[in-house]
Amino acid sequence: MTEADRWYDDAAGPVVRPYAMTRGRTTHAAEDRLDLIALVITADRYAETDDVAATDHSLTPEHLDILELCRQEPISVAELAAGLDLPVGVLRVLIGDLLDAGHVHVTRPVPPAELPDAGLLREVIDGLRAL
Amino acid sequence: MAFGRSDRRRAAAEEPVALKMLVAGGFGVGKTTLVGAVSEIRPLRTEESLTEAGRPVDDLAGVEGKSTTTVAMDFGRITLRDDLVLYLFGTPGQDRFWFLWDELAQGALGAVVLADTRRLEDCFAAVDYFERRGISFAIAVNCFDGAQMHPVETVRDALDLDPHVPLLMCDARDRESVKEVLIAVVSHAMERSTATAPAAS
Ligand SMILES: Nc1nc2c(ncn2[C@@H]2O[C@H](COP(=O)(O)OP(=O)(O)OP(=O)(O)O)[C@@H](O)[C@H]2O)c(=O)[nH]1
Ligand SMILES: [Mg+2]
Repeated sequence: MTEADRWYDDAAGPVVRPYAMTRGRTTHAAEDRLDLIALVITADRYAETDDVAATDHSLTPEHLDILELCRQEPISVAELAAGLDLPVGVLRVLIGDLLDAGHVHVTRPVPPAELPDAGLLREVIDGLRAL
Repeated sequence: MAFGRSDRRRAAAEEPVALKMLVAGGFGVGKTTLVGAVSEIRPLRTEESLTEAGRPVDDLAGVEGKSTTTVAMDFGRITLRDDLVLYLFGTPGQDRFWFLWDELAQGALGAVVLADTRRLEDCFAAVDYFERRGISFAIAVNCFDGAQMHPVETVRDALDLDPHVPLLMCDARDRESVKEVLIAVVSHAMERSTATAPAAS
């Protein structure tokens, strides 16, 4: 993301509050699914960000930033928040929009209430040893 | 949405699996240092907004009219395999943010509680929290230079730890040392998962 991609500039200053990007919304129906380590990946059908922007005019520059970042590989919600310098809460709302529109997929392999099974934990230990 | 065991396994084979571990402990005990020692990315900082719903009522005194609090936490990433990633989250040091851990702790495979023998009581809250939640944890005593070395059993007694809880001395700046700590946490989680679900094949 370059500064030129932004629709506001530094002179706009504090006018742009994080929640302005979410039009004041602080929650989203899909929020429960969006853990900090939920992995977000852009839907296959978008080869170019421009394609989405052209067909979905409701998308803000931040939505497009997310799509851009998640095109090559899945990125965690936490990394997106840090990368885009947005609070996690704001990001959840934006990702929720993209989910609703089918622009992204979100992967949540381990259900929150359950612990990974012993086989997976064994793989983690082996992986750590091999580091 | 309920997945059967085999469904989940199939999903895991095709999609990347992300796991998380928490790093808790008192203010300035070395949490960020520990995360940085093993993370393949510079520890990142992210801000989480907390709404009143997640906040204990008595904490509201003095901050009336304020509906959200923002806390910063550090996190790092360790790619164990193409499709297996472990994230480490350093919880905020200040005790008054302990309730944040509820969300962070959800789905965590375990936790490291970092302790400094010069102020052991700083980690009591974290130990309590993980015990009560049934989250597997290990105690890592960060051996700051100049800190008196205490025998492991003295620390264990002082913390009134369950005998199964791993307790290690570590240097939060040292990658190998931190790896040992993480392995201890996961091994402990594995022992507990096989102890409670022996039938899993
Ligand atoms: N000598 C020594 N210094 C350490 C060690 N671990 C951390 N430090 C230093 O202690 C200070 C605090 O470490 P941090 O990693 O920032 O601690 P923290 O727990 O993240 O602190 P908060 O997030 O503020 O609670 C830093 O100056 C570190 O360089 C250690 O094992 N030995
Ligand atoms: Mg820190």
